[in-house]
Amino acid sequence: MAHTEVIVEPGRQDIVLRRVFDAPRDVVFKAFVDPSLTPQWWGPRQYETIVDHADVRQGGSWRFLNRDADGEYAFHGVFHDITAPERVVQTFEFEGMPGHVALETAVFEERPDGTTLYIGTSVFQSVEDRDGMAASGMEDGLQDSHARFDELLAKLR
Amino acid sequence: MAEDELSVTFAALADPTRRAILARLAGGEATVNELAEPFEISLQAVSRHLKVLERAGLISRGRDAQWRPCRLETAPLEGASDWIERYKAVQRDRFDRLDQEIQRIKRTRKEH
Repeated sequence: MAHTEVIVEPGRQDIVLRRVFDAPRDVVFKAFVDPSLTPQWWGPRQYETIVDHADVRQGGSWRFLNRDADGEYAFHGVFHDITAPERVVQTFEFEGMPGHVALETAVFEERPDGTTLYIGTSVFQSVEDRDGMAASGMEDGLQDSHARFDELLAKLR
Repeated sequence: MAEDELSVTFAALADPTRRAILARLAGGEATVNELAEPFEISLQAVSRHLKVLERAGLISRGRDAQWRPCRLETAPLEGASDWIERYKAVQRDRFDRLDQEIQRIKRTRKEH
């Protein structure tokens, strides 16, 4: 499985993700923006992801929900730039923390071997906002690893 | 590690001078004067940075009243690093699932 590089440097307001996908750029771009595929990958694994709406064009808005037995968490934003198959620029806001908005840039680069490099950059309004976002990921990560452990146990039975 | 301890750790790390001090201490104990040497800031400013690091538990100070050498304490760093690793695991998992969708589209295209 290819490696996703996640760069979270102390004291910075950004998070950078890099990943090589073994597919042409137009395919990677389509999978990334297609709302019908969003529920397959967008949220952490233990949540169901629901697309409330996604108007994938410049100035269009999106709203996704993550749902589990304990409740629903909503996120929304606006697409600032959709340049297929190269670039998506959008805002990202967790409705549980209104006013804390991140700017997300996704760039897709064609590579000579026919693979595609994705570089995702999220810039938050402050270092605290950035760390808060990663903190919410901590609980998810814990639950996620528990879920995987359960899967492993099921296979061993 | 409690989340408020993590906030203190991250706040302490959110400064280039303090990170440079920690990097220096990773090479061994040092006095305030030794730590201040590479920086164009006053001893008082370095002392303030050391207080922040000490409150966050990232360094400890010796008992010798005059020299009080500083020492790196790695436990909070490990807590912060665990926390970031878990965040990274979630991101990797998401993009593994996106990859599955991409490979599915690619296969579908080849069949046509």
